[in-house]
Amino acid sequence: MADTPLQVTDRSAKQEETVSVREVLGDAAKRAVAAVQDYALLSGQAFANIFTSPHYFQDTLEQMDFIGAGSLPIIMLSGFFIGGVMVLQTGSQFVRFGQTSLTGDVVAIALVRELGPAFTGLLVTGRCATGIASELGSMQVTEQVDAMRAMGTDPSRKLVAPRLLAALLMLPLLTAIMDFIGLLGGCAASVFTLRLDAISFWRRAIDALDFADLMQGFTKPLVFGFILATIGCYKGLTVRGGTQGVGRATTSAAVVSSVLIIVADTFMTKLALYLSDKIF
Amino acid sequence: MSAFTKEAADFPPAIAFEDVWVGFDEGEILRGVTFQVQARETLVLLGETGTGKTLTLKMAAGLLAPNSGSIVVLGNEISEMPESELLAFRQKIGFVFQEGALFDSLPVSENVAYRLREDGVPEQEIELRVREVLRFVELEHTLEQLPSELSGGMKRRVSIARALINRPPIVLYDSPTAGLDPLTSQTIIRLILRLRDVYGVTALLATQRLQDGFALANFHFDPETKQVVPNAQNGSAAAAASAARTRFLVYRDGGIYFQGEPAELANTADPYLKRFLV
Repeated sequence: MADTPLQVTDRSAKQEETVSVREVLGDAAKRAVAAVQDYALLSGQAFANIFTSPHYFQDTLEQMDFIGAGSLPIIMLSGFFIGGVMVLQTGSQFVRFGQTSLTGDVVAIALVRELGPAFTGLLVTGRCATGIASELGSMQVTEQVDAMRAMGTDPSRKLVAPRLLAALLMLPLLTAIMDFIGLLGGCAASVFTLRLDAISFWRRAIDALDFADLMQGFTKPLVFGFILATIGCYKGLTVRGGTQGVGRATTSAAVVSSVLIIVADTFMTKLALYLSDKIF
Repeated sequence: MSAFTKEAADFPPAIAFEDVWVGFDEGEILRGVTFQVQARETLVLLGETGTGKTLTLKMAAGLLAPNSGSIVVLGNEISEMPESELLAFRQKIGFVFQEGALFDSLPVSENVAYRLREDGVPEQEIELRVREVLRFVELEHTLEQLPSELSGGMKRRVSIARALINRPPIVLYDSPTAGLDPLTSQTIIRLILRLRDVYGVTALLATQRLQDGFALANFHFDPETKQVVPNAQNGSAAAAASAARTRFLVYRDGGIYFQGEPAELANTADPYLKRFLV
């Protein structure tokens, strides 16, 4: 049968294109290692830039407004209902034993140690890591980052360091607000569903907390802030493939930083419990 | 030995590429490219899309490191220079990006003033210099406008203003007329001519439009009449031509396919080069 232009007749050429599974896995592993290395270098450099001149104070203030003040509504709204639902869930169990007065203790400990930092980290990630990735990604694909470098500005200093510093400063504050509003929500739920006294709820909640709980509760947001800012910046600055790439980077920033926050939370909880046994 | 050749022998080139290789996972883009650009010379880089014109400009500015080879710009070997030193070195280079690459959240005045603010120049001087360069590109009235409010040609002109704010001795143009209508393209080329003949900058200009290169080769800016005039119609044509020489370099398949004077390219019998002349 005569060959048509669409038929592939060169078998040797076809064989050359064959790639072994080992090569594919090897390339994927190399890319993964290179990505981790690039991320570590970018994060390390940005962190070091926080402590050296020149500083971009105006950019840092703008980012503090974006990450801190901008996230306040979702943190407050979510915090109130997280505290409320905690009371509803735990209260329904305590009712069976007639120990509803312990609700304040449980809500306070759970919120300050775990739920406040974790929910704050995840909510701010959803809002800001994606925002950072899409903003820097758009700058990358429109050559604005290269233009910055061409004019003698270090993007890790101008773009990454202010976002990292803003996240490190704002996440603990947002967590504190989340904890407080969560306790308010818990108090409201206790008063209206369990018929508890508001003052005794607050007294028990405050008495239940000790220094180790606060240490744990305010160390975690620092790490979560570091993760969401650096992952957002890294994903944005490594965008490839135009506007589609920006979309992929944004999704990837949300997924990677959320997963990393949850994983880091587990290890930090274990470490904090170990240290509180040994030190406090 | 012509006056220009003698000058070239006496002074080191402003830009020198020596056996430069660059490529990515997909394969090599440039394979052993060697060329030089003398001071006050304009080298027009021609080539189809994807032949490595933009990569060449980015390497000349130190924005991209070659896989191998040597790149010397203004006497500095930049191919292995660390980023911290490159940041300072780039003060000597103006870069006009293809789409302008203006910071879209900043007004025109802040885009143009960016480099001066980074250098801590006093506010009063910034305002004077920003107005001066915007007047040079005839866009003084756009000071407070955002890039999104400008046309494509105006964005390129602002980008040129931003590149020359600190009077760099070298300006790199990445397809400055791509996607523009003929009239706007002429405006941009007139501006590049003025910049060359008023400030005496060395230029590397990547383009797909041969007429841009010939316009630079055959015209010059007359400071007395403040008009762009053909070289032959002016008494100082020879002086202007030798002071600001234009050469062409054509990329093809990862290498240099042609390198020479405008006349050689205009009279070529090579079928591939003739495609650019159509």
